Order: sequence, then structure tokens, then C-alpha cells
Amino acid sequence: MSLVAVTAQPKLDARRLRADFPIFEQSIHGKPLAYLDSANSSQKPRQVLDTMRQFYETSYANVHRAVYELGVRSDAAYDGARQKVRGFVNAETTGEIIFTRNATEGLNLVAYAWGLDNLGPGDLVLVTELEHHSNFVPWQYIAGRTGAEFAALPIDDNGELQLEALDELEARGRVKLVACGLISNSLGTVNPVEQLAAWAHERGAIMVVDAAQAAPHRPLDVQALGCDFLAFTGHKMCGPSGIGVLWGRRELLERMAPFELGGEMIRKVTVERTTWNDLPHKFEAGTPPIAQAVGLGAAIDYLTEVGLEAVERHEADLTAYAWGRLSEVPGLTLYGPPPDRRAGIVSFNLDGIHPHDVAQVVDSEGVAVRAGHHCNQPLMTSLGVDATTRASFYLYTLPEEIDRLVDGLHKAHKLFS
Amino acid sequence: MSELDSLYREVILDHYKNPRGHGVISEPDAQAEGQNPLCGDEVSIAVEFEGDTIADVKFQGRGCAISQAATSMLMDMVKGRTAQEVASMSRDELLEEVGIPLTPVRLKCALLGLGVLKVALHKGKGTPLPEEWAGLDELELT
Repeated sequence: MSLVAVTAQPKLDARRLRADFPIFEQSIHGKPLAYLDSANSSQKPRQVLDTMRQFYETSYANVHRAVYELGVRSDAAYDGARQKVRGFVNAETTGEIIFTRNATEGLNLVAYAWGLDNLGPGDLVLVTELEHHSNFVPWQYIAGRTGAEFAALPIDDNGELQLEALDELEARGRVKLVACGLISNSLGTVNPVEQLAAWAHERGAIMVVDAAQAAPHRPLDVQALGCDFLAFTGHKMCGPSGIGVLWGRRELLERMAPFELGGEMIRKVTVERTTWNDLPHKFEAGTPPIAQAVGLGAAIDYLTEVGLEAVERHEADLTAYAWGRLSEVPGLTLYGPPPDRRAGIVSFNLDGIHPHDVAQVVDSEGVAVRAGHHCNQPLMTSLGVDATTRASFYLYTLPEEIDRLVDGLHKAHKLFS
Repeated sequence: MSELDSLYREVILDHYKNPRGHGVISEPDAQAEGQNPLCGDEVSIAVEFEGDTIADVKFQGRGCAISQAATSMLMDMVKGRTAQEVASMSRDELLEEVGIPLTPVRLKCALLGLGVLKVALHKGKGTPLPEEWAGLDELELT
């Protein structure tokens, strides 16, 4: 006899969660704040703010050097945050979790500390047209410095990667590194990173993943992804700015030279030579962003309690709703894949109205959206536009905020027609 | 009048939709272009001189309503004036004409055309480079 298990899909109550975010208590231009720019940076729940304040008020000291009681508390909080991150990405050890300033710094760390010693003429560094500049420019630069070839995997008309182009690109050199975002910050495209990682590994290359747009919105598992490095940032996932994470495979991190040099990252310093500290400290020179790391730990607790599956599902519902509502707006072009193949990010243009003007008009309605190239200039070139307007959603986003965006777009259309 | 109506007042929208001095000069005496990498606004300006006087000036560009309308207004303002006069024209003179409240981000949009024009005058007549350039270092004026 077989039983059919009916599992209730996890749902979140965005209206209830909003009460955790003090920023929504104010009005903007006399209207409630509709914050549709979370892909840029998320708002912060009281739980994170309170944890950081309490840490500063009761436990703050520098880490890994104070013998007094506060130092013990500070170490426990900082190292505890690293433990939380380890679980959050399913890393094997905390030695593989390096705290950085943001995702950009994590990617630069790999570019410099791995790239400079492992790339050279005849090698190929492969990124994609979808990449944020933070996962594009470091590779272009380090390839240039080392004499390696640099290429970008193109996208198709849906804004999805053309994997069939890999064979052709491969002819340009020995593939040594593939760098790809999990989710496009402009189009919301969900990239087949597992597939790319397997392709890279078959060729002896390493796989670097920019998870800045994924970590806040869906469960992450570095083992399942099969990648070698993965970077994300705290400020997009309910945490403070100034803290990011780089996860890397221990065997690679151990073989790498340091990135920044100074205090904390050393084992022994003499005039003759200096030796390096163990992982992860080898890559954390200087006093780290301590309270920010503690805040990131609190953000992970918060997201874990809400449930990342529920967050993902909530955003999928919002994206489908937004797609339908935006399609009703005259003269509006939507970019990227259909809603069932994307995350909670929607980029569009209104005929004859620059995105800056669109964003300004909807701001007058209290609706915050991003306008510009989103640090995605190669993608904008590929789409044949200078810029787009982008709305992005999070666990606190309500469907009526999308309605208010649509009302604002009608207003812009009227104003400029 | 709401904040929005004052920003997109009729004269701005009119200049945006019907830009003055829009087009090319076939053999210009000087030209320059610039962009605001923040939002992708682009403006190029061509000038024809009679002596030191700006006999004709035309712009081409794409971008937001503020950048394009302000450049259009600028074309009206500078034709017939000398290169030296315009090179020393203050940003406030243009901003007064634009006449709308601007946040720091949108200020760069409004001043793009003036910066580009001053670079063109510098190329053609050796007038000083725009002070706007120093204050707005995100703008790329060439």
C-alpha cells in the first residue's frame, strides 16, 4: 500500500513580516513606502538591528587577541556567525568560510589570489554576458594581466545562457576558470550552474559562482552546486552592509597565496620571512567587520526561521503576478525569461521614456525602483538598450505594491505621451 | 503643484519632446561628447564659430528628460554669444533656466550638456575647461 503524502507548500505571511522592518513605518512623499529595489540592497529587520546593537552594548571588543572577558564574548559572537554561514551554504568546515567586505571583494580575492598564480598565455577565462561587473571586470583584468584569453558566453533572446556556444568558445584556449552568477541581477535568469560546473571540471577548470542574488532568496548548497568558490554579500539578505562571504574548497584555499597582508593573517613574522595563518584567517587581514558579521549571523537566523523555501515561493508568486500586470501597460517591453524560469527580478522599459524618468515618476508615488545599467553594461549592450527600469521583490513585498508600480507607470506614460 | 509636476513642468517636457538645436553641423569647428555612466545619458555637441562668436550649435544625444531638455535649453541660451562668455557661464545660469528642483543625482543629468559644450569650446578656442568637470567627476567628457 502506498500513501500519497500531501505536503503543504511552505507559505510566508509578508504582511506580518513587514512589521519586523522599521523602515516601513514611515511614508515617502505622503505615501506608504513600496520598496521594490531589494536586488540592490534589502531592508533590515529589527532582529538584526537589535542583535548588532546588543552586541555593541554588551560584548564588543576586537576579535582573536583579547584575553579579557569582552574579548571572549566577541570571539564567540564572531566565530558563531561563521558557524551559521557554514550551515547556511552547507560547507564542510568553517575554515572554508572567509568573511569579506562584500561579494565583490570575495570575487576579487579569487581573481588575485588564485588567478595571478594559475593563469597564463594559452589559458581561457570564461564568464557570461549576464554577469554583474563584479564577476566580469576582475576576470577581464586578471586575464589581461596574466596573458590569458577572456570570453563571455552569450545569451539567447530569452536572456538565458547559450550553452551550445561553449564548444566554440573552448577553441580559444585551455579553459581554466568559469565564472557565472547563480541568478542574473538584471533579468532574474536562473543559470544552470551545476551543469557549467560539471563542464568546467571535465576540462580541469575551476567554477566560481556569484551568489549575491541567490543567497537572500533560496536555499544554497555548495556541495549540490558542485562549484569551487562561491561569493555573496550580507546587505542583500537582511544583513548589514560591509560584510560578505567567500566560500572556497579547502584544498584550493590552502594552495593559494594570501590576498591582503597584515595583522591576523600571519603565523610568524621575522625580518627574514613571514608565514601564513591557518584558514580562514590567512584571508582575513586586519580587524574584520565584527559587528557586521554578527549582524549577518542574525540575518541568517531570521531567514532560516522564515524559511528560504517559503521566500522563494513567495517571490515566484509575486513575479508571476508582476509579469501579468506589467504586460498590461502600453508600450512596455519586458526583458528576460518567462516568470516560471526566473527569480524575483523584473527589468523593463517604457517606450520613449528613459528609465531615470520612469523611476522618478514612480518615486512620487512612494515606489522605489532601480533605473540604470545595474552594473551590467555587457548585458545592456546585448539587449540593445542603454538602461532599464528594474523592480525586485523580497519576503516583505506585497502584491499591491506591484499594483502601485503599475499605476505609476500609467502615470509616466500619460505624462510623457 | 506637486513635486513631480514641478520637476516635469511643461517647458521641460516640451524641450524633451521637441528639442531645440537638435541635429548635426556638417563641418563643425569644434565638437565634444560626454556621458553620464551612472544612467547612460549621452550628449554630443558641435559648434560653428564666426570669429569668437558661436554662430551655430547643435546637439545629439539620448538619455533622460532632464539631460536632454537642459541641453536643448542650453542651445537656445548660447547661440550668438562668444566662446569666452559661455566658457565662463556659471552652472547656476543654466539651472535657473531649467528652473526645477534637482537631487544631486539628477543635477548631473542637467549639467551634462553644459560640461560637453565647454569641452567643445576648449577644443575650438582654448577656453578654460569646465568647472563642472571637477565637481562632477563621474561624467566622462571627451
